[in-house]
Amino acid sequence: MKVTRELVDSVAHLARLDLDAAEREAALRDLTRILDYVDALSALDTDGVQPMSHALRLQNVLRADEPAPSMAAQDVLQNAPERKDGCFLAPRAVE
Amino acid sequence: MQLTDLTALELGAAIKSRACSVEEAVRASLARIAALDGRIGAFITVCEQEALQEARRVQRGIDDGSLTHPLAGVPMALKDNLSTRGVRTTCGSRMLEGYVPTFDATVVERLRALGAVCVGKTNMDEFAMGSSTETSYFHPTRNPFDPARVPGGSSGGSAAAVAAREVPYALGSDTGGSIRQPASFCGVTGLKPTYGAVSRYGLIAYASSLDQIGPLCRDALDAAAVHAAIAGADARDATSVQAPPLPPLGAPDLAGLCVGIPEEYLGEGLDPQVRARVLDCAQTLRELGAQVERCSMPALRAAIPAYYVLASAEASSNLSRYDGIKYGYRAAPRPDGEEDLTGLYARTRSEGFGREVKRRVLLGTFALCSGYYDAYYAKAQRARALIRASFDEALARFDALLGPTAPTTAFPLGERLDDPLQMYLGDIYTVSVNLAGLPGLSIPCGADAQGLPVGAQLIAAPFGEGTLLRIAAAYQAATGHHRRAPKEVG
Repeated sequence: MKVTRELVDSVAHLARLDLDAAEREAALRDLTRILDYVDALSALDTDGVQPMSHALRLQNVLRADEPAPSMAAQDVLQNAPERKDGCFLAPRAVE
Repeated sequence: MQLTDLTALELGAAIKSRACSVEEAVRASLARIAALDGRIGAFITVCEQEALQEARRVQRGIDDGSLTHPLAGVPMALKDNLSTRGVRTTCGSRMLEGYVPTFDATVVERLRALGAVCVGKTNMDEFAMGSSTETSYFHPTRNPFDPARVPGGSSGGSAAAVAAREVPYALGSDTGGSIRQPASFCGVTGLKPTYGAVSRYGLIAYASSLDQIGPLCRDALDAAAVHAAIAGADARDATSVQAPPLPPLGAPDLAGLCVGIPEEYLGEGLDPQVRARVLDCAQTLRELGAQVERCSMPALRAAIPAYYVLASAEASSNLSRYDGIKYGYRAAPRPDGEEDLTGLYARTRSEGFGREVKRRVLLGTFALCSGYYDAYYAKAQRARALIRASFDEALARFDALLGPTAPTTAFPLGERLDDPLQMYLGDIYTVSVNLAGLPGLSIPCGADAQGLPVGAQLIAAPFGEGTLLRIAAAYQAATGHHRRAPKEVG
C-alpha cells in the first residue's frame, strides 16, 4: 500500500484533524510503516470466512419501555466549554 | 508488618476484626502515596478529602452491620478512564483535563456500594492507547522495580500503584493487553475478564468490541474477590451478561486439568529469559498435577495487524464525539472572529489529542474509508473470526492455555515512543485474547537477571475466569513470585 501526502491529507480531513507540516510528514512515515506490516493480512486465506464484528453472539437486547428520570439539564451542560441560556454554544453553522 | 503490606482480603479481614479502622487503612494508603508517588507518578488525581470522608461513612456501615463484604473499608484506586461522579476523569488526555463526570461507572457504583474507598485516579496512556503509560498528557509513570523503566500500559498507573503498595488493588481496562501487560511488567496479578462479564457503562470508550474492565491485585484470591464484586449484567450496557458465580478456588492441586502451550507463544521475538521463566511456570503446573502439552495455533500470526486495524477503526469512530461542544477541551476562538463549526472541531481535536491518539484515529479513519474498507477493515474482521475459531478449537482440547504475557520485561522509558510498530509488536501475546473475547490472566512467574518481573499469561474459554483463578491460586500457594516487592520503593 503506497501512502501519499494526498491520502494523508484526505484522511486527516475526514478525521477532522489539522496537521502541521511536521505532523503530516510523521503521519506519512508512520502510516507507511504500519500499513506495510498490516498488509501481511492480505496473504491470509479468508475465503468463505464471515467477518466477525463482536465477541458475543449478539442478539437484540430488549427491555420494557418504562419511564425513568433522565439527566438534569444542568448536569448535561455542566461540562460544556461554552453555554448560554440552557444551551450548548457553537459557532454559526448555517448562514 | 505495615497495613500497606496486606493484600486486599487480609486488610478487609483486619478491618472486620477491629485490628485497624477504615480510616487507618485509608490513611496508610494516602501516606504511602504521599511518600512515594513523587517518584512513581502512578496517580493523576489523589482524592484525600473524599477518601477520608468515605472512610467514616464506611466505618459506620461496618459498625452497624450494613457493610459486610470482605472488601468493605479497603482502599483502592481507579484507572482514570472510569467515570467517577464529582471527581475529574481525564483519560490521560488534555481533551478531558477538566472533565468532571456527573455519574459513576457501574463498576464504581458496585464497589462503593460494598464499602470500597477510592483514594485516587491512576495514570494511563492517553485514551488507553499505548503500552507504556508514556502517552499520558500529564506525566509518565515509572516502574517501581526500576524507575528508569516503564510500568507498561495502558493501565500502568494502576499496576505501579499496586506494585508500590500504594493501594492493595486497582481497576484497569484492557483493550489489547492494557491490564495484563502492565501487570506483567510490575509483578502483579491482572485479570482481563471475558467480554461482557463486566459492564462497560461509564468506561470512556476506546474500542467498544474489545474493551473490558478488570482488577490488578497482589494475588489471585484478591483478583477473584474484586472480579466477583464488579461482574454481572447491567441494563445500562447491553453487551453485559450474567455469568455463573465463580466457583471456590479451594483445590490445592491441579489434578485433571489440561494446559496447552501454543508454539506461536514461544517463537521469534521472545526474550530467552522470559521464555525460561514461563517454561518454569509450566513445570510447576505439572508438579501440581496438571497435564501440560504443546499445541499450534497458526491463526494467531494475524493478531497484531487485525487488532491495530479494528481497534483503530473503532477508536476513530468513538473519539469523533470530542468536538469541543458538549464537554471537554475547546480550542480558543480565532482572533479574527471568522469561526466556522468544522474549523473549531479540527482545531479542538488537533490541540486536544496527543500524538498516539492522532496516529490511531488516522489509521482507523483510513481503514474505514470507502476503497480501503474491504482490504483492511473487513479483512481484519475475517482474520478475527479465524483467531476466535482457533481459540475455540484449542480450548475444546485444553482447560487453559499458557504463554508469556509480553515478549520482554519492562523496557526503558523513551525506548519505543518514536517507533509505533515496535510498541505495537509488544502486544503480540495479548491482543488475540481481546479479539476472541476471552478471559486472560497475567501472574508473576519470576524475574530476569536484572530483577525485573516476568509475567505468565493464562487464557481460558469464555467465562472460564474460575479456571484461570484456580490455576493461579494453586501456583501462588506453591510459589512466592507474586510476593516479591520492589526494592526501590520498599
